[in-house]
Amino acid sequence: MSTPTTVLPTTTVEETPFRRFVVQFRENKLAMAGLILMILLAIPAFAAPWIAPQNPYDIGALDILDSQMPPGSVAEVSGITYWLGTDSQARDVLSAVLYGMRTSLLVAFLSVTVSLLIGSTVGLCAAYFGGWLDALLMRIVDIQLSFPAILVALVMLSVLGQGLDKVIIALIIVQWAYFARTVRGTALVERNREYILAARCLSLGWRRIIARHLLPNCLPPLIVIATIDLANAIALEATLSFLGVGVPVTQPSLGMLIANGFEFMLSGQYWISFFPGIALALSIVGINLVGDHLRDILNPRNAL
Amino acid sequence: MPVFIINRLFQALGVILVMSVLVFVGLYLIGDPTSMLVSPEATEIERQALRKALGLDQSIWVQYLTFLENAVQGDFGRSFLTGQPALQLIIERMPATVELVIVAMTFSVLVGVPLGILAGLRPKAPSSKAIMTGSILGFSLPNFWIGLMLIMLFAVYLGVLPASARGETVSVGPVALSILTVDGWQHLALPALTLGLAKAALMIRVTRAATREVLPMDYIKFARAKGLRPSRILNVHLLKNILIPIITVAGLEFGQAIAFAVVTESVFSWPGMGKLLIDSIITLDRPVVVAYLIMMVFFLVILNLVVDILYMAIDPSAREKVRD
Repeated sequence: MSTPTTVLPTTTVEETPFRRFVVQFRENKLAMAGLILMILLAIPAFAAPWIAPQNPYDIGALDILDSQMPPGSVAEVSGITYWLGTDSQARDVLSAVLYGMRTSLLVAFLSVTVSLLIGSTVGLCAAYFGGWLDALLMRIVDIQLSFPAILVALVMLSVLGQGLDKVIIALIIVQWAYFARTVRGTALVERNREYILAARCLSLGWRRIIARHLLPNCLPPLIVIATIDLANAIALEATLSFLGVGVPVTQPSLGMLIANGFEFMLSGQYWISFFPGIALALSIVGINLVGDHLRDILNPRNAL
Repeated sequence: MPVFIINRLFQALGVILVMSVLVFVGLYLIGDPTSMLVSPEATEIERQALRKALGLDQSIWVQYLTFLENAVQGDFGRSFLTGQPALQLIIERMPATVELVIVAMTFSVLVGVPLGILAGLRPKAPSSKAIMTGSILGFSLPNFWIGLMLIMLFAVYLGVLPASARGETVSVGPVALSILTVDGWQHLALPALTLGLAKAALMIRVTRAATREVLPMDYIKFARAKGLRPSRILNVHLLKNILIPIITVAGLEFGQAIAFAVVTESVFSWPGMGKLLIDSIITLDRPVVVAYLIMMVFFLVILNLVVDILYMAIDPSAREKVRD
């Protein structure tokens, strides 16, 4: 064809909020390192049953002669190398850490997801409807937040008893209020914007306005809180399990592994506690680095 | 102002009452304490007699009302394990916890405020970035983990500080204090550092935020234009104005630190009331748990009230708001 064609520059991509976000996120090396750390820890943790050298909770696989071996020892019978040593029951510490991290991450992830759902529902409803509902809900939130999380969790667990599900319930009860307060704060501002007025003028139902219009615009601070809260949940669960009121012995998390090795640490067998401790610290630090940078990017005050 | 205080007092009373019901009813549901107390060979009649002696055969509401009536008079029942009055057990352990928390909070203010001001004055400097990253670690890493690492470093590896217990104490009236002996300080150092580091991290963040807020103010600019020495601007104009958030946060964190002492005390076997709570939860010693929680609720509510009043006293603009 002889007609001149305009060649569109193919290198520039359309700038969407998400792409801008990705570019901004990648600028900070520390946050990228945190993200990579999170991925490097999460994948082996979730794949633990397939990649761990040993199933630490299969009594038959344990050889009691191999107990309390230092890192790098080789098992007499099976020939596997205990890269991180073994504990008092001859469990491979590396395998125990992988399984433990799986439990820790699972508990944290589930509890944060559910508290996010409950908290944002409460916060959105309080902000949207206002009046006595807002006053009542926020009073409950205020009272709860004035009590230290660790105490609330301890009371809940002493009432509920031990168990994975109970730890998750206790963490949800502790955490939902943070989400409710954050979402309400954002939603109060968004509620008076034109697009909500427009949606109201179209006489859309309140469920639709809240879910389709209000919620998406409250997401940025929610993402930040949820990320940082994931780290808090891991830390709180580890603390509770360390104190002996958290997860059951059959499904130890990192906190319980650390508690189990505590008595041996004083006699110099540091590895039983130390490696689960490092895994715990790395996951918390990784998430916090990501969360801290997300707060910088997603904070609307900084965007202006 | 008096109306505000009276109003808040009633609110506080309401919160305490609601929490006492929640705590009591909640803990009523935990296992049967008689099974822990009698030998497994005991007959059903013996069990019944014990239940009756402890008042466990009554309905829960009767138990609650009896509890409330006694609690108002300072009687929280006797520990199922030792038979001592629960309140007395807690009060005996209280000085150890309060001492630990006061030392930790003093440390956190002395370390956190200067570092926070430093980070606030030069937000772009590498040293400030290092302080801020360090503070993220300080308050995101679990308390028991920090304690463990300190034990590993100072008690196991270097062997310079003891890892547990309280050490030598000196009695001042009815209270035993460890800050008066060298041995006491040695034992206090690690737990106080553990508790204090997390709080220092928070003080850094609060102070930095306050400094950043105050610095662009006109009175700072004016003081600079007047040619005042930077040290005077820092010590008078800046410090006075960042004091309000610092006092508020330090006050509220004092309550949080008492609660978090539960963890620190367990790590270091510090004989405070937090350790007592954990031990009582594990042994199902219900009266002690209930008494501790009610005391904590009472303490936290009063602390919140005091901080609010203090806030009013030092911040005139907050007074205005209440009057409106």
